Amino acid sequence: MSAANILLEVRDLEAFYGRTKALHGVSFSMTAGGITTILGANGAGKTTTLRAISRMVRTSGAIRFEGQALEQRATEDVVRLGIAHAPEGRGTFVHLTVEENLRLGAWGRRERGALQEDFARVFSYFPALEGRRRQAAGTLSGGEQQMLAVARALMLRPRLLLLDEPSLGLAPMVVREIFRILRTVNQDAGVTILLVEQNAALALDLADHVFLLETGRIVMEGPSEDLRKDDAIRRAYLGY
Amino acid sequence: MTSRLPRLLGLLALAGVACALPFFLTNFRLFQFTQVYIYAIAILGLNMLTGYNGQFSLGHGAFYAIGAYVSAIMMDRWNVHYAWTIPVAGVLCLVVGFLFGLPALRLEGLYLALATFSLALAVPQILKYFEHWTGGSQGLVLNKPNAPFGLKLNPDQWLYFLTLAVLVLLFWLGANLMRGRVGRAVVAIRDNHIAAEAMGVNTSLYKSLVFGVSAAYTGVAGALSASVIAYVAPDSFNVFLSITLLIGAVIGGMASISGAIFGALFIQFVPNWAQDISKAAPWAIFGVFLIVFMYVMPFGIAGAIRLLWIRTRRSRVALSPEPRETAATQAPRAT
Amino acid sequence: MDIFVQQVVSGLATGGIYASLALALVMIYQATDVVSFTQGEMAMFSTYLCWTMLNAGVPYWVAFLSTLALSFVGGIVIQRVIIRPVEQAPILTIVIVTLGLLVIFNSLAGWIWTYVQKPFPSPFPSKPLRAGNVFFSAHDIGAIGITLVVLLCIYVFFRFTPLGLAMRAAAHNPVSSRLVGIRVGWMLALGWGLAAVFGAVAGMMVAPNLTLEPNLMGGVQIYAFAAATLGGFTSPGGAVLGGFIVGVVENLVGTYVSFIGTELKFTVALALIIVVLLVKPTGLFGTTVVKRV
Repeated sequence: MSAANILLEVRDLEAFYGRTKALHGVSFSMTAGGITTILGANGAGKTTTLRAISRMVRTSGAIRFEGQALEQRATEDVVRLGIAHAPEGRGTFVHLTVEENLRLGAWGRRERGALQEDFARVFSYFPALEGRRRQAAGTLSGGEQQMLAVARALMLRPRLLLLDEPSLGLAPMVVREIFRILRTVNQDAGVTILLVEQNAALALDLADHVFLLETGRIVMEGPSEDLRKDDAIRRAYLGY
Repeated sequence: MTSRLPRLLGLLALAGVACALPFFLTNFRLFQFTQVYIYAIAILGLNMLTGYNGQFSLGHGAFYAIGAYVSAIMMDRWNVHYAWTIPVAGVLCLVVGFLFGLPALRLEGLYLALATFSLALAVPQILKYFEHWTGGSQGLVLNKPNAPFGLKLNPDQWLYFLTLAVLVLLFWLGANLMRGRVGRAVVAIRDNHIAAEAMGVNTSLYKSLVFGVSAAYTGVAGALSASVIAYVAPDSFNVFLSITLLIGAVIGGMASISGAIFGALFIQFVPNWAQDISKAAPWAIFGVFLIVFMYVMPFGIAGAIRLLWIRTRRSRVALSPEPRETAATQAPRAT
Repeated sequence: MDIFVQQVVSGLATGGIYASLALALVMIYQATDVVSFTQGEMAMFSTYLCWTMLNAGVPYWVAFLSTLALSFVGGIVIQRVIIRPVEQAPILTIVIVTLGLLVIFNSLAGWIWTYVQKPFPSPFPSKPLRAGNVFFSAHDIGAIGITLVVLLCIYVFFRFTPLGLAMRAAAHNPVSSRLVGIRVGWMLALGWGLAAVFGAVAGMMVAPNLTLEPNLMGGVQIYAFAAATLGGFTSPGGAVLGGFIVGVVENLVGTYVSFIGTELKFTVALALIIVVLLVKPTGLFGTTVVKRV
């Protein structure tokens, strides 16, 4: 991996909730344009890893994005660097309209203006949202809210997209659609994606790199091909 | 058991100092300390309701007023001996508080605060309205009692000891209540009343009872103040009194028995210090004190002491597992 | 009938004042869950600033607008400097801080400008306006007008500007707001700034009626609480409507119910609060916040 291509680098990351340590020295890096997925059981620390990058939890260790250190920055400043995070629970602004939610997604962007372009692009990915643009976001179905969460993140024109369990609670067809769009976004717009998922099969299909977390430590990492092909490893770690 | 002994000795030492004070202080200073004990009882009442049980009251001055006037009217109109007026005031306030607690069950956080705030605002006007009983705006002038059994104490000294005795009794009762099963149920209701209900705690009954007990404590304080000050008038029981009690409770430390004493010391003496610092704008100095205290000790004086204690224990016992923060040190954020 | 109309208009004028202060309370509550006791005293202090300018010969509207600007900045500074350090503390702790500020403002005003009552001018002519047999105070009409202009500007700001949207988002969901790059801390500061502006408007409109002294806003603040309770602490529009209703009801009750003089008018406001709380605590337009357990 040449240094020039590394978008995100995490070294010896520890994360804390109060006095409880949730991550015990996690280290990994991501190249620009790649898709990495973090797998693991409940409580392994997957969501915490994303939160650590977004500065939503207290951490120690180094986090570098495009060479810049993130440890001393606040969440909103990390976002303004070009990292969009669609959080666990979607984080929809339920009392605001779909359009307002999307508009807010672009708030952290460096280049303001030209919103119409972004709206057009996002609606082309998620046509269902366009029909509901003036509706209160809280009235959307689960699948639509997840689409909205991804769409809102895309409005930032991010270089890194953090996604927390986009498949949670959704019908398989909706999930396939979202994953198809993620692949499109990655290929067309070159957005690097770091994906936390419980649905290992889907995640391995989309991602080119994977790492497996167990109680706050990386126990396995490598190209997703390897994990998909090696039955023994897959069965040992993912149970299928 | 070993931790009990130093604590007990400490308390005894304090008690000793407290008993010695009347023979070293001027009557005025003694009066101030008596007032501190009265406030401490009132603040403990408020603390039980707001600190331990999470029901915000901005109107405890009302119960203080009820206690004071019940005592005053009994002494003035019916010549009842002052000592009897205190438990009567307590019981009456217990009932009134319980009855008030019933509709209050429906109100959460902000809304209960607003309701009690309005009550506090209305008190002086209601007192003035029932002139026939309360003596209207001019209030009632009372007599300071003499020491009984021919004890060689002047009225101020006697009242000091009486108040101290009531304080010790009520604090002992309160501590036992709050540290036992009842206290746990009360705090459980504050932290998560749905879970508490699911565990079999009769939240409605407990909440109303706590309201009653809380009012009783504050009512007793009011009754004591009637004798100590020997005067009651409506304007002394305005909203400012309720706010002062709340300030005392927060500064002293919520969900803490000792906090009530710290809070009482604060509200009695800090305004005087503020006046010493600046004659021109003493309340501005008091306001600064309030803000600085809240910056340095957001969980009150008792909270700060507790944190300090935990930290020194932790550094001394570095190898044993870290102690958990209890609900008492983590004051809840009401949403 | 004539008297009725006069009292309604007069009630709307005071109602507008209550509405402005209620809006200040609600804005801060919505964003922070804290009821700020400081707003009334800040309003009084702003009014004194205006008075100082007017005394120095500054034309009224210049002084008025300058006071709004100063209040805006003052509100921001107070939030950033005084409130921010205790943002994460328990709610009651923050409330005590606002009480501390209340007391500081009140005392400082008394120290700087003394407790002597001062007359405060109205920018509107003193000659009453006339429609048929009904006479209206020009100041009342003017106050209603100013209140409506301010409210309209705020409505447009929140509904149609990006910054207004960001402020609404920050009040509604600070975590998600940070995740879209909104500097939530500064949104809170702006909220305090705007609240200070509303307070200043209220103060400058009420001072000609009540005369200027450090306890100017004491009574007004209670009515503002009643207004916010009636309209709903979670609804800015409700708080405004609540303000107008409280103003009108206060006036009509004072006029038509004979045994209620000025003393008991106050108790009426309190009774109103209690009744609303018993019947519908969240107010006419407030929404019950459903919490996931």
